[in-house]
Amino acid sequence: MEEKNTDVIQGTLDLLILKTLSLAPLHGFGIARRVEQVSRGVFKVNPGSLLVALQRLERAGWLDAEWRQTENARRAKFYTLTKAGRKQLEVETEDWTRRAGAVMRLLKAEG
Amino acid sequence: MSLWRQIRRGLYVLTHRRVADQDIADEVQHFLDQMTPAERSSARATMAREQVRSYGWENLVDQVIVDARYAARRLLASPGFTIACALTLAVGIGASTAIFSAVYPILFEPLPYPDAGRILMISDRGAGGSRVDVTFGTYAELGARSRSFSALAVVEPWQPTLTGRAEPERVDGQRVSASYFRTLGIIPRLGRDFDAADDRPHGSNVVLVSNALWQKDASILGKQITLDGDRYTVIGVMPAGFDNVVSPSAQVWSLLQYESSAPFFRDAGSHYTREWGHHLAMIGRVRSGVTLDAARREIDDLARIPTPEFVRPSWASLSDGLTVHALQDDVTSGVRPALLAILGAVLLVLTIACVNVTNLLLARGVQRRSEFAMRAALGAGRARIIGQLVTESLLLALLGGILGLGLAAISTRALIALSPPELPRVDAIGINGSVFLYAFGVTTVCGLLVGLVPALQNTGNLRQRHPSTSHPSTSHPSISHPSTSHPSTSHHSISHHSISHHSIRKALVVTEVALALILLVSAGLLLRSLDHLFSVPPGFRPSHVLTMQVQDAQSRYGFFTRALDAVRRVPGVTSAAYTSQLPLSGRLDGYGAHMESNTRTDESGDFSALRYTASPGYVETMGIALHRGRLLDEHDIAGQPHAILVSESFAKRNLAGQDPLGQRLRLGPDTVWATIVGVVADVKQQSLDGDETDAVYNATSQWVWVDAKQSFVVHTQGDPAALAPAVKAAIWSVDKDVPIVQVATMTDLVARSEAKRQFALTVFEAFGLAALALAAIGLYGVLSGAVTERLREIGLRSALGASPSDIVTLIIRQGMTLATLGIALGLFGAIVASRAIASLLFGISSLDPTTYVGVIAVLLGVSGLACWLPAMRASGVAPLIALRTP
Repeated sequence: MEEKNTDVIQGTLDLLILKTLSLAPLHGFGIARRVEQVSRGVFKVNPGSLLVALQRLERAGWLDAEWRQTENARRAKFYTLTKAGRKQLEVETEDWTRRAGAVMRLLKAEG
Repeated sequence: MSLWRQIRRGLYVLTHRRVADQDIADEVQHFLDQMTPAERSSARATMAREQVRSYGWENLVDQVIVDARYAARRLLASPGFTIACALTLAVGIGASTAIFSAVYPILFEPLPYPDAGRILMISDRGAGGSRVDVTFGTYAELGARSRSFSALAVVEPWQPTLTGRAEPERVDGQRVSASYFRTLGIIPRLGRDFDAADDRPHGSNVVLVSNALWQKDASILGKQITLDGDRYTVIGVMPAGFDNVVSPSAQVWSLLQYESSAPFFRDAGSHYTREWGHHLAMIGRVRSGVTLDAARREIDDLARIPTPEFVRPSWASLSDGLTVHALQDDVTSGVRPALLAILGAVLLVLTIACVNVTNLLLARGVQRRSEFAMRAALGAGRARIIGQLVTESLLLALLGGILGLGLAAISTRALIALSPPELPRVDAIGINGSVFLYAFGVTTVCGLLVGLVPALQNTGNLRQRHPSTSHPSTSHPSISHPSTSHPSTSHHSISHHSISHHSIRKALVVTEVALALILLVSAGLLLRSLDHLFSVPPGFRPSHVLTMQVQDAQSRYGFFTRALDAVRRVPGVTSAAYTSQLPLSGRLDGYGAHMESNTRTDESGDFSALRYTASPGYVETMGIALHRGRLLDEHDIAGQPHAILVSESFAKRNLAGQDPLGQRLRLGPDTVWATIVGVVADVKQQSLDGDETDAVYNATSQWVWVDAKQSFVVHTQGDPAALAPAVKAAIWSVDKDVPIVQVATMTDLVARSEAKRQFALTVFEAFGLAALALAAIGLYGVLSGAVTERLREIGLRSALGASPSDIVTLIIRQGMTLATLGIALGLFGAIVASRAIASLLFGISSLDPTTYVGVIAVLLGVSGLACWLPAMRASGVAPLIALRTP
C-alpha cells in the first residue's frame, strides 16, 4: 500500500502557523487540527515539530503564549500573533507567493 | 526584542528547569489528549517532550555545565596527573604572560600621550650614519623654517642638587625648551606650563616638579626651591601618571634659556656659543593633516638646503641630513632586539609545555579508551565525547592559567628587578587588563590545542570496537619483528590505533627535543658572546678601582683639589684622580677639534673628539697605557703651555703618517692652542662592543672651566667597594654639602654596560633549562609508557635468553633515536633562531661550532639519562611476571 506524503513542505510550517494564528489565538492542537482541515488532510502536523516551531516563533517575538481555560474547562497554552508576527506573516506570504509562482511557471513551461 | 526574549526565556529555563519541563509536559499532554486514539498510538509523548525540550541555547549551557562537572570529577580522581599537567601549563602560561606584560607596553602599546604616533624624534646624523644629539642652532632653524610641526622641543638631561632641606639631594631633571610639554601633549595638573617669555637668556628661574615631589611637600607650589645654589620658583606640578619616556626618572624641569634671537650664536670673540653644542634631544609633534612621511620629507629638504639667514658651523652643517624616528621606536630601539628574542624564546617554552601536556593526555587517553567505547556504545556521538575531552583539557588549562598568572605576578617583579637600566617604561610593566586578557587567551588556546589532538586520536573508530578488546595490544608495532606473526584480524583496528598513537607521541617528543635545542643554542650563543665581550680589553684596568661622582654646584677648583688630597690620604688608597667623564658611565661629552695644520677657515676638516678633562694621575690610576710621549702631571697648570694627550685612534685617523707629538690643536670653545705631548691607548667609552672613539685628555687647571661634576677614580689595595665609606667621608671632610652619587666599582660599570645582554642571557638560560627539563620529562614519559606496554614482550625476550644489557640497549636505542631525530630537526630551527638574535651576538658566528657541539652533547646526555631509567626498569622485568600480565 502506498502511503501519501503528509509532511509539511520544508520551511512552510512557520508560514502555516502564522497564517492560522492570524485568524484567532489557538492552542497547539487547535493549530494542528486547523492546518489539517484547511489543507483537507494534505498536511498532517506531528506534535513534536509543531511545539518546537511554536517555541521558536515565540522566542523570535512573533507569538505570545499564555495558559488559558479552554471551553471544556481544561488548561491549554494559547498562542497569539504579535505585531511583529503579523509583519513576518506578510513577508513570508509574499516570499511564498513569489516562489510558488515561479515553480508553477516552470512546471507550465512547455518544451 | 527577539534577542532579549531568547536570552530571557533561556535564562528562565536554566533557573526553573522543573517548572519549564512541567510546562512542556502539560502542553504535549494536552495535545495528545485531544487526538483520536488512532493518531495517539503513533505519537510518542516522551519523544515529543524531548524534541521540544532540546530546543533553545540553554541546552548547550546545560551540556557544558554537565561536561565541566564530569571533567572536574575526572581530574580530581587522578590528582597526580592533574597537578603534573597544570604545573607544566602554569610554567608555560606564567612565563609567557610575564614576558608579555613586559614586552607589550614597551614595544606595542602606544606611548601614553595624546596621539602619540605623531611625535617624532629628530637627531643629527654623524659620519657613517651614527646618531648625534642636535644643536640648539639646528632647533632654532627648524623651528623657524618648518611648517609640518605644531610643536618642536629640545631637551637635555639635568641633575641639579636640591639644597635647603635636611641633606643635599641630587635629583634627576631635564632642561627643556618651553614647548616640551606641549609637544608631548601633557599639561601640568597644578599651576601653569612654561611659556616662551620664561625661556630666554636671563629669564626668570622657574621649575615644574613631578607629582612625586609634590606629594612629599604639598605646599611646594608657588614656593622657591634651591637647585645648584640658585633659587627657582615652582610654577606647576605634573600629573601623577605622567610617563616621561625621554627621561623616566626626572623630577624637576627647568628651561634651557638659550639665545634664540641672534641667528649666528657667536660671542664677542667671534667664537661659537653653547647654542652650537651637540647635546640636545629634539622631539616634534606633526601637525594634524600632515602625514608623517610629508613631515620626514620636509625635514630632509630643510637639512639639505641651507638658507643664508641660518648660518651653520661645519659640525652642525646637516650635510649628512637629519635622522627622524617615531618617538616610540627611538625609546625602544635599544632593547627591541633583546625583547623580541625573549618573546620568541618564551613562545617556544609555551609550545614545549603544551606539547608535553598533549603527550600526557594522549597517554592517559589510551588508558581511557574502554571508557570512551562504553559511552559510544550507550549512544554518545563522537562529537559529544570530543567535546567532553576538550572540556577536560580546558579545565586543566584554566587551572594552569590561574597558577600561571600567580607565577607571572611573581616573575614580573623579578623581571623588573633584573631589567637592564636602559629598559624604558618599566613603570608600565605589571599585571593589568591587557595582560590578563592575554593570559586568558593563551589559556584558552592551550586548552583547546592540548585537548584536541588526544581527543581526535582516542575517539576514532570507537563504534567498530568492542569495549572488552581495548586492553593493550600484545605486540608493539614498532618493535614487531618481521618474523613475529601479525596479530589476528580481530585486533587489527587496535594495532592500527596504537601505530598512530605511538607515532604521534614520538613526533611530539621529537618536537620537544628540537625546540629545547633551539633555546639552548640561543642561550649558549649569548653566553659565549658575553664571555667574548668581557674579554674585550676596555683600554683601562677595571680591577681595584672605585668610582663615584662628586658634584659641586659652584665648580670650585679648590674644593676638588683638596677633596682629592683627602682621598689620597685614605689608608688603602694607592692612587686617586678625578675626571670630567668616566668610561662606561653612560656619559658622552664630545667637542669639535681643530688642528693647527688644518688651515681652512671654514672649519671643514674639523672632527669631534671625546674630552676627558682630568686631574694629574688619572691615566695612571685607570691603568691606561701610554704609547708615546709623556703623561700630564703637576707641572701642566694654568699659565703653562697647554698640554694634551690624544688616543691611539685619534692619532691614526686624524694625523695619519704624521708625528702626533708636538702638533697643536684647539678644542671646542678653547682659544688657546694645546700641544700634543703623548699618545695613550684607546678606551671604550660607551660599550665594550662599540668602536673606539677619538679622545683627548687635558688638565682641569688648563681647561676653560671646571666641570661641576667630576668622577673620582680611586685605585685601592684591597676590595674597592669596602673603601667607599672612607672615601666618601674624606670628600665630605672638605665639604659636607656636596652630593656624592653613582658609587660603583669599575668592574661593576663594565658588567653594567652589558646589562641588556646579561638580561637576555639570564632569561634564555632559565627558559633553556625549563625546556631541557620538559623535553627530558617528555622523553622519559614516552619511554616508560612504552616499557609498560611492552612488559610481556620484554619478559618473553628475557625468557628466550636476552640478557638485561640487551634489554637496556633495546630501550635506550629507541629513546636515543627520538632524541637524535629531534636534535637533527632542531638544528635547522636553531640556525634560523640564531640569525634572529644576531644583533645580540658578539665575537662569534651565529653558527659557532663550540656552542652547537656543546649543546648537542648536553642534550644527548640528558636524553640518555631520561632513557636510562625506563631501560633499567625494563631490564629488571622477570620473565614470569611479564608473562602473567594480561
